[in-house]
Amino acid sequence: MPTYDEVVETVVELFKKAETELSDDVIQALRRAYEVEENEIAKMNLEAILKNVEIAKAKRIPMCQDTGLPIVFVELGKELCLDFDLVEAIKEGVVRATKEVPLRPNAVHPITRENTGNNIGMHMPEINVDLVDGDELKITVMPKGAGSENCSALKMMLPSEVDKIKRFVVEVVKNAGGKPCPPIFVGVGIGSTFDGCAKLAKKALLRNVNDMNEFELEILNAVNELGIGAMGLGGKITALAVLIEYGHCHTASLPVAVNIQCWANRRASAVLR
Amino acid sequence: MEIVTPVSQDVIRKLRVGNIVYISGEMITARDKAHMRALEFIKSGKELPISFNNAVIYHCGPLVQKVSEGWKVISAGPTTSARMNRATKELLNYVDSIVIVGKGGMDVSEEIKGKGVYLAYTGGAGALAVNAIKRVKDVHWLDLGMPEAVWVFEVERFGPCIVAIDSHGNSLYDEVKRRVEENFKKIVEKL
Repeated sequence: MPTYDEVVETVVELFKKAETELSDDVIQALRRAYEVEENEIAKMNLEAILKNVEIAKAKRIPMCQDTGLPIVFVELGKELCLDFDLVEAIKEGVVRATKEVPLRPNAVHPITRENTGNNIGMHMPEINVDLVDGDELKITVMPKGAGSENCSALKMMLPSEVDKIKRFVVEVVKNAGGKPCPPIFVGVGIGSTFDGCAKLAKKALLRNVNDMNEFELEILNAVNELGIGAMGLGGKITALAVLIEYGHCHTASLPVAVNIQCWANRRASAVLR
Repeated sequence: MEIVTPVSQDVIRKLRVGNIVYISGEMITARDKAHMRALEFIKSGKELPISFNNAVIYHCGPLVQKVSEGWKVISAGPTTSARMNRATKELLNYVDSIVIVGKGGMDVSEEIKGKGVYLAYTGGAGALAVNAIKRVKDVHWLDLGMPEAVWVFEVERFGPCIVAIDSHGNSLYDEVKRRVEENFKKIVEKL
């Protein structure tokens, strides 16, 4: 059975990993973008990104100074019985990671804007728990920067507007322009509820970015016809993936959320037994 | 080309959109809160701890670590410049010249005309940027929090930066935006 200390340690290690190295699927997508891009300025930016990723990994330093907000996904096996406060353990992990990785203190009070200095606060870290089969505890961290999060959008569409979903996604990317540090990853949640579709959009970003179905590829191609390019200075690659998750929704509604992720699609997972 | 601070009006006028530059000398970081406080100081006639006039303003909230001999920069890429659109337009009334380094672009091509340039550095390239930051010379307004404080960096060949808005009213972002809007219309027709 996992212990409190193991969870704390794991959370620190996961942040260290997520902040300093990208997963293979993300690196592959970035390299491919560099190869196919023809715009010189965009290519130069992609080269800087790839170089930056290498330096961060070699020196074990955060690839981006915006080390993000701590978002944590927990998959808790139903057969597992924990005798400690999981939330407290994750919080302690975030506080320690802030010092040890280190992470930039990003969490502030929404009104006074006072910085807590350790990345925890009201509902922070954001912890999502799903109960799953088995006896394992899977922890995934997803530090997410504000540049891309700020460009995300949610729309309560009408049930008659199913054919307008693609347009909405492309429009959100268009409005974001160069602000979210393209080339981006586009997480989409379709269905569920107001809050549920936003969560689905975020979870979509955890998927392998090179594994898209036909519908997702169709939207990706449309997005890339916009010509925003790396860093918004023009080019053929604006997005590297469009990833969609679905939920059943009320017969009278069609919630759609688009969660934008910058090129630094940082996430890391570990399984405790 | 390499530009050395303080950057003269002559050099600023020579820079054209699409040029690639490297900066050596001094850069000061400023984000939302620093801009707001600087404007407050300027308007009330209070002296700034460091002048924004003729400065290289870097839109950056660095990740720094306190070490025995001072501060160590861990990661320091640019932040989204568009958040500073309004404050920058106001600030431009009070400065003779300015060089802005950021990412994502700004909506200041009119206001910056004849006064300054906007240079785009690769967003998120925090580890790469650190290679060019030689030391932290000073820090002001730390009460605003680490990301929002004004950090004074000594840099050597910081770049590559792209001149994205020049002092002659040209903006790469405006050009791209026009094309993107046209492309969007065509895409929507097909969808």
